[in-house]
Amino acid sequence: MTTDVSPISTNGAVYDAAERAAAAAPRRRRQLILTLRLAILIAIVGGWEIASRTHLIDPFFFAMPSTIVQQLWIWITEGTSQGPLWGEVLVTLEETVLGFLIGAVLGIAFGIVLGRDKLLADVFSIYIKVANSIPRIVLGSIFVIALGLGMQSKVALAVVMVFFVVFANAFQGVREADRSLIANARILGASPFQVTTAVIVPAAMSWILASLHVSFGFALVGAVVGEFLGSRHGLGLLISTEQGLFSPAGVFAAMIVLAVVALAADYLLTWAENRLLKWRPPSFADVGT
Amino acid sequence: MSALPTADSPAIELIDVSLRFISPTGASLTALRNFSMTVRRGEFVAIVGPTGCGKSTTLNLITGITKANSGQVKVMGKPVAGSDPRIGFVFQTDALFPWRSVLRNVAAGPLFRGVPKDAAYTKAREWIARVGLVGFENHYPHQLSGGMRKRVTLAQTFINNPEILLMDEPFSALDVQTRIVMQDELLDLWSASNASVVFVTHDLEEAIALADRVYVLTAGPATVKAAYDIPLPRPRVTSEIRYQPAFIDISRHIWEDLREEVQISYARTQLATA
Repeated sequence: MTTDVSPISTNGAVYDAAERAAAAAPRRRRQLILTLRLAILIAIVGGWEIASRTHLIDPFFFAMPSTIVQQLWIWITEGTSQGPLWGEVLVTLEETVLGFLIGAVLGIAFGIVLGRDKLLADVFSIYIKVANSIPRIVLGSIFVIALGLGMQSKVALAVVMVFFVVFANAFQGVREADRSLIANARILGASPFQVTTAVIVPAAMSWILASLHVSFGFALVGAVVGEFLGSRHGLGLLISTEQGLFSPAGVFAAMIVLAVVALAADYLLTWAENRLLKWRPPSFADVGT
Repeated sequence: MSALPTADSPAIELIDVSLRFISPTGASLTALRNFSMTVRRGEFVAIVGPTGCGKSTTLNLITGITKANSGQVKVMGKPVAGSDPRIGFVFQTDALFPWRSVLRNVAAGPLFRGVPKDAAYTKAREWIARVGLVGFENHYPHQLSGGMRKRVTLAQTFINNPEILLMDEPFSALDVQTRIVMQDELLDLWSASNASVVFVTHDLEEAIALADRVYVLTAGPATVKAAYDIPLPRPRVTSEIRYQPAFIDISRHIWEDLREEVQISYARTQLATA
């Protein structure tokens, strides 16, 4: 009882055209997004410049894009009142990165240990909640008093800022680790330590990496605020000096430098994340960008 | 019924086991009552029963994850104590490590057990070849189909050369065609090993096609309603065996038993949701 089943023939030419059209759509979309982004940038910066020049807003308080660029150019070519710009950036960056690394390592370690041990988690959870509810940035004053105007006080503040975010995520990530994966690892012969390294840590990794994105920004805030509160170098001090000189252009210029640093760090972290999590299926959100 | 001591100890013995769970509110739920079961060495036993009757609980008793309130659980003649490296377990859910490639998933067991890397990977490649996944060594689980992932799971389990293989509805998430292919695959791997298997399923035809003996459990609290020997000759081809008259006879016969329990269990869920 053989029935002849042949595929219904398709019109190749029509199909090719449809395919080409489908391939062109995302490209057009990207161009549209880029155009719109540029338009918004021009509108904001141009609007600001025009509003300031026509005194719709007071340039004495809010500066102008052109004066900000001028200020940046002076810093780059002639250096700031505290020394060359790159030196100041380096100081702030060093404090941020040190604080970020120390805070992240401590946060991950505590998160994993407490996530794995129910008793420790129950005992410490109340203290962590309390510590987390304190506006930690205020600790900066204590650090400046205790550790002085040097780098330590800023690093300490950045550590405190980073620790809780990373800790909370690492802890949650460990708690959310798939029970059946843990059971499977046990059955396959893993020791409790091997379960931690081979299942718990990789399972918590996407949580941890997500927290690192946010917490690098926090480390930068910690370092800059620490410099506000008392220091000899750094972008935070530069901002506070410019504030003292009634120079909003200087404050904005320093802000731009900080934004560049933060964006560069974010790209670096995204790159690291994509390398570490290459096992993940691409999500719909990722496909869109 | 089958709790009699035998000369060379059976692979698994559950003797008059009872088990209650105490819920946080203090209510107790009896999962197993006077449950007895014997699995001889090298035997393939299937357990069927209505949904939620405690089939999986029997497997947890054998691994030692769950402790019985009364009665004895013996593995190779000795009471269960801690995790036993001779036991392999295939879970119902997908329990492959998503961050490990196929190769590293299959090699996981030997690596955990301290086999040197090179030897573990060489062995893993052999097993990947045996389950027909050559060329997929460096794929991640999410890049594979459900059937391929099950093949990886089987390789991951069989590479440890388990003497006892516990399977908790391993193929229930697969589509019907893939399930039949995997059943044949499992019988192939099992016949080349000397493992004793306990295969939990709610699919009676699957149980009959695979097993030497089928235990039918009652609706919870579970106890053994009946055990049937399946005299179908081996090697079996599960895709064809189900059309043989003998298979259909056995199937109809056991279904009479199972149907009652399924109806009891169904009536209860109706009451619970009413």
